[in-house]
Amino acid sequence: MPDRVPPLAEVHAAAGAQFTDFAGWQMPLRYGSELAEHRAVREAAGLFDLSHMGEIVLVGEEAGAALDHAVSGRMSALEPGRAKYTLMLDEAGGVVDDLIVYRTGGDRFLVVANAANAEVVAEELRRRASAFDTRVFDESADVALIAVQGPRALEIVLAAEGFAISGGHPDGHDVPEVLGALGYYRSVAGFFRERALLIARTGYTGEDGFELFCAPDHARELWEALVEAGAPFGLVPAGLAARDTLRLEAGMPLYGHELSAERLPATAGLARAVDLGKPGDFVGKDASAAGPADGAQVLVGLAGEGRRAARAGYELFASAAADAAGIGAVTSGALSPTLGRPIAMAYVDPAFRAPGSTVFVDVRGTRHPYTVTALPFYSRKRTS
Amino acid sequence: MAAPQHLKYTAEHEWVLIEGDVATVGITDYAQSALGDVVFVELPAVGSAVALGAVVGEIESTKSVGELFAPVEGEVVEANEDAVATPEIVNNDPYGTGWLIKVRFTQLPELLDAAAYDELTTK
Repeated sequence: MPDRVPPLAEVHAAAGAQFTDFAGWQMPLRYGSELAEHRAVREAAGLFDLSHMGEIVLVGEEAGAALDHAVSGRMSALEPGRAKYTLMLDEAGGVVDDLIVYRTGGDRFLVVANAANAEVVAEELRRRASAFDTRVFDESADVALIAVQGPRALEIVLAAEGFAISGGHPDGHDVPEVLGALGYYRSVAGFFRERALLIARTGYTGEDGFELFCAPDHARELWEALVEAGAPFGLVPAGLAARDTLRLEAGMPLYGHELSAERLPATAGLARAVDLGKPGDFVGKDASAAGPADGAQVLVGLAGEGRRAARAGYELFASAAADAAGIGAVTSGALSPTLGRPIAMAYVDPAFRAPGSTVFVDVRGTRHPYTVTALPFYSRKRTS
Repeated sequence: MAAPQHLKYTAEHEWVLIEGDVATVGITDYAQSALGDVVFVELPAVGSAVALGAVVGEIESTKSVGELFAPVEGEVVEANEDAVATPEIVNNDPYGTGWLIKVRFTQLPELLDAAAYDELTTK
């Protein structure tokens, strides 16, 4: 597959970005120090280009019912302007992808999928929706996504001149009121300098923030306006390296690490995302209702001492003894920039799931004790 | 950044400064940039013997783990405790205060000069 280049590639290169291949996309990994980018998001704000994410739109009288069948949650119950985290399951109850679904109108939904899964999700949605009165459009190539994340995000969006709310005042003087009142996991249609975009209060960093879905040929103007407006607030462009440590601290699962077709959502602590009580059938319902096998490994948080990180793939043992039994494996891990100690997520035998349990991680030949810890590792202070 | 002329290099992205029979070893600017923010450095004990090409330490960044290979055979005569205590100096000053170990060597292997190393990292 040829490299896919985000619409902002030149802007990133000019800002000194190092690029990484992510699901065939050349995306910014970091611009300078990923630790500085991480801290900026925790203390001020960071600006992310997430144009590699998949955007699939369902439109039609039965779009909600189609989604109820296609994904694990009850999307038809969402009010317009609301969003929900949900899962696409396979028949065996395994995870095809995790998704954010935004109801952007009475008969219109936006499904945001991981870049690596965008095509599969679009194809599955088409297939699963075929019996319903709805149409499915894969708009991934026609939508850019810019996220402003951090405690100063609202101030920064308001400082960037040119936002307006759809159906609101053309001069935008109602923007502070509307966006200030926009709750988490809600979205509103708007404009930036006369061009349409979707303003959503969502994110993947554990901070307050906005995700802005716009046209690719509009992304540069929006990005540059936010960089300029955000600089006095401490906003910096941030790459995927910082995004990964931010979401790990926030205890958010990542497809391909914590989520896969091989494991049921219940084992990842995501039983609440699977609505067994909603009317009708949905793909993966029977397997979800049957539940995970006895003794299935479960996802836990781990916290260690020192500075040496347990990383994805490292094995877990019941003790430091050489003949100790293997009890699981790390799915994500890093030295937490905020906490200054190693943190990880791992699947372990359920006997070790209780917070306070000690497990041993084999870090390249040396066993390091880690303590099972409730997720998330980090929660922002909520002001509202 | 072009590799400093007065140093020798390895294909494992380490630099070597030869002074008498002691080699000072660090990682190159290219290496630190590729690793990202260095958050953990583990170095061999002073007095330990190191074999040519052996893994003698680790340089961890937030995203990955780099190994420190011994570019010469000999005895470790000094390890940079500042790099262990404040790993960010490996990023900020890889050719200076971010050096890692000093090894008294018996025999000098073939090393790359700056031009050869630059060629290696720019192709």
